Amino acid sequence: MSVSVRIPTILRTYTGGASEVPASGTTLAEVLDDLEAHHAGIRARILDDNGALRRFVNVYVGNEDVRFLEDLATPTPDGVQVSVIPAVAGG
Amino acid sequence: MSAVTIEKPTLREGAFGHATGLVCRECGHRVELGPHYACIECFGPLEVAYDFPAVTRAQIEAGPSNIWRYKALLPVPSDIESSPNMEPGFTRLLEARNLAAELGLDKLWVKDDSTNPTNSFKDRVVACALSAAVELKAKVFACPSTGNLANAVAAAGARAGLKTVVFIPSNLETPKQVNSAVFTDSLVAVEGNYDDVNKLASEIAGEEEGWAFVNVNVRPFYAEGSKTLGYEIAEQLGWRLPDQVVIPVASGSQLTKVHKAFRELVDLGLVEDKPVKIYGAQAAGCSPVSTAYKGGVDAIRPVKPDTIAKSLAIGNPADGIYVLDICRETGGAVEDVTDAEVRAGIVSLARTEGIFTETAGGTTVAVLRKLVETGQLDTSLETVVINTGHGLKTLDAVAGSVRPAATIAPSYAAFAATGIA
Ligand SMILES: Cc1ncc(COP(=O)(O)O)c(C=O)c1O
Ligand SMILES: [Zn+2]
Repeated sequence: MSVSVRIPTILRTYTGGASEVPASGTTLAEVLDDLEAHHAGIRARILDDNGALRRFVNVYVGNEDVRFLEDLATPTPDGVQVSVIPAVAGG
Repeated sequence: MSAVTIEKPTLREGAFGHATGLVCRECGHRVELGPHYACIECFGPLEVAYDFPAVTRAQIEAGPSNIWRYKALLPVPSDIESSPNMEPGFTRLLEARNLAAELGLDKLWVKDDSTNPTNSFKDRVVACALSAAVELKAKVFACPSTGNLANAVAAAGARAGLKTVVFIPSNLETPKQVNSAVFTDSLVAVEGNYDDVNKLASEIAGEEEGWAFVNVNVRPFYAEGSKTLGYEIAEQLGWRLPDQVVIPVASGSQLTKVHKAFRELVDLGLVEDKPVKIYGAQAAGCSPVSTAYKGGVDAIRPVKPDTIAKSLAIGNPADGIYVLDICRETGGAVEDVTDAEVRAGIVSLARTEGIFTETAGGTTVAVLRKLVETGQLDTSLETVVINTGHGLKTLDAVAGSVRPAATIAPSYAAFAATGIA
């Protein structure tokens, strides 16, 4: 499955400045693996030492926060947009 | 560093007062002052670090009757009063004898932030964010908001002569929409809840150059504004800390900053150290932090909000874990109340103290009642409850439950028949 991943400003050093990059995988975990294969080092910024999503990062598949879905096992259908966004407080 | 760098402005000396840098609250990674908000190592929130000068009570007391009396402790320049801003703060701290009696508390105060320029505590945070936006030479002043922040940003931006764009969930209370639209021609109603609006704002912040989103890319400066609530409570009590404080929680930012303010006052020698219990208030229809507190867990599960307390309707609160830490560490708690209790809280504060609060304050007062009834709060201790917003903005919440007691002909007989006399 080919998806498009939106990269937050603080991770664009890994993508040569690109704000959006293609990746493939049938689940979010696979997409992150593929992202790592092309942009070495990026996965460790998104996942903690235990391989779980870091506390202050929100990842969306389409418009839904993956914490409402199946977390890293969330399916990533062809053409979907994955967004990686820092959590920010204050409303 | 990235495709969309906000061009590094040459900052004037002292643009951020005594602030020395931004530090990650999670891992301690340090970056220079600028429109940065997330740690490149771990995504943790960046916070303003200072090298505070010696500050005396007398110096503070000699300052203006607004938040700038604490300017030495904020990331703002020493000439902040000379730039156009709304001058919020130094709101009244009212002793609430009637409400105390009704709830069975020995000593209670209401810190009433409904009297700020746009009638919520958000004027405090926006004033600090505006200073940062001006110093960073931002072209656009913006925010995602549950309503009150939109009002404060729109008004402050207008006064500062900045282009202002505010984003709100499209289902917000009409008065909150009008209170933004009157100040800006760029109010954007988004079909979704606050968390959707917040996501959109983060995406726009990553694409548009020169935008200062008050609670996204200048959030570290914005958040410092909430400290002034803590400073004022202590100063107005005669330079001492209260025993316990009840604070509404949406993103959790305000609660963590009131706590930070108390610690700073102790460190600066402005008040004596003592334990202060901090309690968080949520509405049951959006209570991810209270649920985690009661479940004894450290992680917060996001929720889809469904409550009349729309200003508190943040389902994925970024500072929620810090609220948990603070409430647990200080011996406080996080509690939640139903929408019916929120309405009762509004009416109870109005009928005991003559203060018309919005749903957030109704939530906080109702949580205070519940904490007393469930024995979670020591009624012999000095308590402060924070009212963060004005009831005229959420009139509909109580419009159905309060009405004239009678409608009568203009005659004494008709009045006598009502039994009111
Ligand atoms: C009236 C009112 N009280 C409290 C809050 C919650 O503040 P925080 O997001 O800092 O927890 C908000 C908005 O977010 C608000 O509008
Ligand atoms: Zn960090």
